Amino acid sequence: MSTGTTKLDVVVSDVVPVNELVTRFHFRRRDGELLPTFSGGAHVVVEMRDGERTRLNPYSLMGSPLDTSEYTISVRRDDVGRGGSLFMHRSVKPGLEMVISYPVNLFSLDLRARKHLMLAGGIGITPFMAQTAQLAGEGGNFELHYTCRTASLGTYADVLRERYDRRVRLYHDDRGERIDLERLLSSQPLGTHLYVCGPAGMINWVRDRASALGWPQETVHFEHFAAPQPGLPFDVTLAVSGKNIRVGEQQSLLEAIEAAGVDPPYLCRGGVCGQCETNVISYDGNFIHNDHWLSEEDHRSGCKIMPCVSRFEGKSLVLER
Amino acid sequence: MAAKTIISRPIYGTLSPQPGTHHLFIADAEGALAISDMAAKAPAGFFDGTEIVFIPGADGQHVAALEALKPAQFHQAPSFASLLPRLKQTLTNAHMGLRLYLSGTEGLIGQAMQVALEAGIDHTSMQTEHRGSLARRMQCVHCKGITENVTTQPATCSHCGLLLLVRDHYSRRLAAFQGVCINAEDRSEIPPMEEAFP
Repeated sequence: MSTGTTKLDVVVSDVVPVNELVTRFHFRRRDGELLPTFSGGAHVVVEMRDGERTRLNPYSLMGSPLDTSEYTISVRRDDVGRGGSLFMHRSVKPGLEMVISYPVNLFSLDLRARKHLMLAGGIGITPFMAQTAQLAGEGGNFELHYTCRTASLGTYADVLRERYDRRVRLYHDDRGERIDLERLLSSQPLGTHLYVCGPAGMINWVRDRASALGWPQETVHFEHFAAPQPGLPFDVTLAVSGKNIRVGEQQSLLEAIEAAGVDPPYLCRGGVCGQCETNVISYDGNFIHNDHWLSEEDHRSGCKIMPCVSRFEGKSLVLER
Repeated sequence: MAAKTIISRPIYGTLSPQPGTHHLFIADAEGALAISDMAAKAPAGFFDGTEIVFIPGADGQHVAALEALKPAQFHQAPSFASLLPRLKQTLTNAHMGLRLYLSGTEGLIGQAMQVALEAGIDHTSMQTEHRGSLARRMQCVHCKGITENVTTQPATCSHCGLLLLVRDHYSRRLAAFQGVCINAEDRSEIPPMEEAFP
């Protein structure tokens, strides 16, 4: 059993379309008990049994941490992805029995902060749904800046405005509204922590500006689950278990290792937590690193790979698994 | 140089210029030398956004060297207590992006850090460098009184008079090392007093 991946047997209690791209799923425990406590920013890994194939995708919990009678996630449909979101949208109906992991939080609030400044982009709003609910319950000081493409794709923007009024500021791409990031980051009181969740480009932009403006690293929190990218199939030798495997076009290296009956540790399956870090014994070819965990130096060294999101192209790859 | 003995014993680094536009230095006595050394590595224009608050030592040295760095603001104070209202005011009005640099004696670093912690700056976000005396600020765990500039081991509490073992156990909240009665069983037992923190 992998670290932190104790499983929960749940049933889908509700499926609610939110807008043209996003659908919300509600889970309750099959035995009727309360679900485990979680904190704002936590995610669960949802097992999707799709015929022969099992996908394991992480989704942020978006309900209030004060209510553990159910868990809710919101899934944005990705028509060109590996099929996990399409499976959720097409095949998951109320009453379906599913398995999800215990919640794990890799994007938690630092409760020592005097103020929490949150920046969301698109579906990156989901962890903030839980965090704002947690802070509001404790009288916490927060401010949420939420960028979406259009008002109709501003998932939960209406709910958030209704709950928190002027503590939520909306920016619509189609109206040319942009966050004045320099001004925002330069005018925060001492003791503010910054949280950003959204597309990779947005996260990099915010982190770069915060760093240049003197925000200490430990006050800047971000979450970006890199969905595993499809790619050309490649062959891998697992030296410890003595197996040769082929990683399919739509499969991640981690999924291929698991399909061969080897059970490496994992938590996020999105290249951020570091649990599945794997040593490379030898290789002849090129790595396609897609993670946010290893340093650039690690990437250049050819000694390590994050099998949840990264791939390989070349003649041979031998891993210590 | 302070060695790590137990987990709470602070260790200090070497000042290095951080990114940002507003830099606040607080130093006493030989702590000025840490600033001068750092200045050699600082990018051009670094001191344009810099404020230096300095408490000179008994010899009154290093003031000219710091002024020569041409900081945007330079302020001299006779003691930590005398600069405290100004420091609190600066931190209250400051925004994220202010970087703090503390150099000099442990007592100065600890007390400035205590005020900065209260203002919401994480201790890991501050640059520190120890220079000069090893004298300690000590809290008597029995009467809670603080004794400044302790150089001996054991040391006498300046409040209740107990003879205290000066521990490496440090409190960031109090900015003081903990002093515990060294002869609680038999007060007539007086261990020799040595100059341990010159």
